[in-house]
Amino acid sequence: MEITRYVMKSLTNLGKIFSTRCVSGIAFVPSQPDPSFGETSKMNLCQAINNAMDIAMESDSSTCLFGEDVAFGGVFRCTVGLQEKYGKDRVFNTPICEQGIAGFGIGLAVCGSTAIAEIQFADYIFPAFDQIVNEAAKYRYRSGNLFNCGKLTIRATWGAVGHGGLYHSQSPEAYFTHAPGLKVVVPRGPIQAKGLLLACIRNENPCIFFEPKLLYRAAVEDVPVGDYETELGQAEVVKEGKNVTIVSWGTQLHVALDAAQMVEKEIGVSCEVIDLRTILPWDIDTVAESVYKTGHLIVTHEAPITSGFAAEISAKVQERCFLHLEAPISRVCGWDTPFPHIFEPFYLPTKWRVIESIKKLIDFQH
Amino acid sequence: MFANFRRCFIPTYSQLSSLTILRQNLPSFTVCNCNTSSDFRINEFTEKYLSHRKAEFTEKLEILSPFRQSTIPIYRVTNFEGQFIDPNYELDFTSELAIKMYQNMVTLQQMDKILYNSQRQGRISFYLTNTGEEATQIGSAAGIHDDDLMYGQYREAGSLLYRGFSLENFMNQCYGNAKDIGGGKQMPVHYGSVEHHFVTISSTLATQLPQAVGSAYAFKRERNGRIVMAYFGEGASSEGDTHGAMNMASTLKCPIIFFCRNNGYAISTPTTEQYGGDGVAGKAFGYGIHVIRVDGNDLIAVYDATKAARKIAEQNEPVLIEAMTYRLGHHSTSDDSTVYRPSEEVNIWQEKDNPVTRFCTFLRNKGWWSDEEDMAYRQKIQEEIMQVFLCAEKVSKPNILTMFDDVYKEMPKNLQEQRDELIQHLNNYSEYYPIKDFEGT
Repeated sequence: MEITRYVMKSLTNLGKIFSTRCVSGIAFVPSQPDPSFGETSKMNLCQAINNAMDIAMESDSSTCLFGEDVAFGGVFRCTVGLQEKYGKDRVFNTPICEQGIAGFGIGLAVCGSTAIAEIQFADYIFPAFDQIVNEAAKYRYRSGNLFNCGKLTIRATWGAVGHGGLYHSQSPEAYFTHAPGLKVVVPRGPIQAKGLLLACIRNENPCIFFEPKLLYRAAVEDVPVGDYETELGQAEVVKEGKNVTIVSWGTQLHVALDAAQMVEKEIGVSCEVIDLRTILPWDIDTVAESVYKTGHLIVTHEAPITSGFAAEISAKVQERCFLHLEAPISRVCGWDTPFPHIFEPFYLPTKWRVIESIKKLIDFQH
Repeated sequence: MFANFRRCFIPTYSQLSSLTILRQNLPSFTVCNCNTSSDFRINEFTEKYLSHRKAEFTEKLEILSPFRQSTIPIYRVTNFEGQFIDPNYELDFTSELAIKMYQNMVTLQQMDKILYNSQRQGRISFYLTNTGEEATQIGSAAGIHDDDLMYGQYREAGSLLYRGFSLENFMNQCYGNAKDIGGGKQMPVHYGSVEHHFVTISSTLATQLPQAVGSAYAFKRERNGRIVMAYFGEGASSEGDTHGAMNMASTLKCPIIFFCRNNGYAISTPTTEQYGGDGVAGKAFGYGIHVIRVDGNDLIAVYDATKAARKIAEQNEPVLIEAMTYRLGHHSTSDDSTVYRPSEEVNIWQEKDNPVTRFCTFLRNKGWWSDEEDMAYRQKIQEEIMQVFLCAEKVSKPNILTMFDDVYKEMPKNLQEQRDELIQHLNNYSEYYPIKDFEGT
């Protein structure tokens, strides 16, 4: 533990060098494609999502894609070309009414059609909260499996984007993880996004798929061009390590990875980084197994800390791994404020806050 | 303004990955060759802003008053003596169908009576009667096809009864016993049946309406000839979901009938506190959907209106029917309506316009039904309902562990663990739980 105190100074110096990069955005770490999925093509997150929906529509003629401004290609260009390819009856605009969009999607799914609904920003999903939480989530249960809306997927852009202020930055996943019956999924890059979105569309439960909008163009990977699915409910160990487990998802996963790589290089602390991918129902086994090994856990997300999903992970891991924990579980999250505009660099759980937290964990004295 | 703000967020062109694709997507605009600027604008407004409804400029400054517009009339066929008001009216259904509809109304009345009383005796936890609205439910159900999909609010048991949902099914659901096809998960009167094309009821008001539109859209794409019937009360019409649903049905051209039961009250709230316009029907023109207001206590009028509406709906044009009726019973067993409305009001409606009495008089005038037949049928159905009721009461509740089923298609690990935790707990503390009422675990 002596080493870390010594290195703290050198890290502060490093901070000066890297501070501009930290403010301007995150360091995206591309994933490698599974070679068994065959031929790949360079795609950014937008294109990977577009490609997934293209495959979904091609393989199931009942699939409809709808929302605000999706017909001309979407305000983020995720639906470009799909209306020309599949027709106006399958890719279409709706009036501006989120509760209507969600309810309409449920109704399509009840009649056996595959429904992909788009909510333009996750910040505007709240008017549809009732339809999602009281209706979609409970459809199968309350009818004794007579009816269900399992073929519904709701996509929404998600997370910080640098200048989105209060209503173009939110990460509302925790609100939905309190609703049994839903699946909540967040990818960290193009390869994941395509596989997870195809899995959501074909899963027989209503899914909410949050797309980190900061990565739409910034994230480019070699994405398999064929049809493949990434299993839901399965976390992924993105980087193996011995001393500290860091759990995150979406854009923040890259912040965690960046921090992990830096502390490993500078102070020799080895971090295991886990991408949760599916937030509900989540993969406790993979996380617990890692914590058995490292004895330290940090959970980091952009959303505010109080009642954020890190709270659930912390409580569950504390139950499961009590005797293995060598320090209190640490949560590095957004502050309990609305998401601010000009203060964004100070609001976000930056790499430096993650690094500080890693060091505090390692230095923890009983 | 909110929407415009959002649109500010459209990425700049430099951010777009492919400009050419964007250009290709632009619709081909047709701009009229008009001589004057006025002609040009009228043409644009007419075609593009108002879906070809002819617009005009006016130089007269006039703010239109809602009170000067004519109110949508209430369509009726018979008077309270069961006689046709228009002597040339030709009846559209047979005596068999008439008797079936009447018997359904009587069955519904008797079932309501027995279940209402059983709640009062604490035998079921909750109940909602259909009293006074029997004709709207059964007349409308008869006016569409049996395989048209129905979405209800909760006061449409008659529509389901008309389709042949068995008395056993009704009772099993209210008791939440092991034979309830809904698995005992919901409160009483939250019926549903795949076989009868009736989507399971939920308590949340108006949520069914945008869903019904989505289902209608699926039917339109399948070209299966089916339409969707979506029931709701005038109180539920105030919910945002109703607005979203009507707007979407109109813009997406869906084969749907919105059927509003305007019974004068939403629990204690009279309609004067619910809306300021020409009822619910008055909203239809704003959405560009077809509309008719009908006397909800005149079964023949409801039947005719629904049948006519269905013909329009099957052309992918949504229709709104507002059936004017009166909620004769309390809102529910948890409500005492004498607190907010005088009992004389209820009595006078009961006496002057009961839909069941009105249709019975019609049948007798026609010579299709007699007092003796009426008495005999009432006796018979009452006994039958009592029998089914007592049977349902004796059936045990479902297996406790089925509580964890159907949250998801499959059971996730966390739920399996919680189920095991409950089993463990019940092994230790079973004496504190009503275990013997439930099927063996």
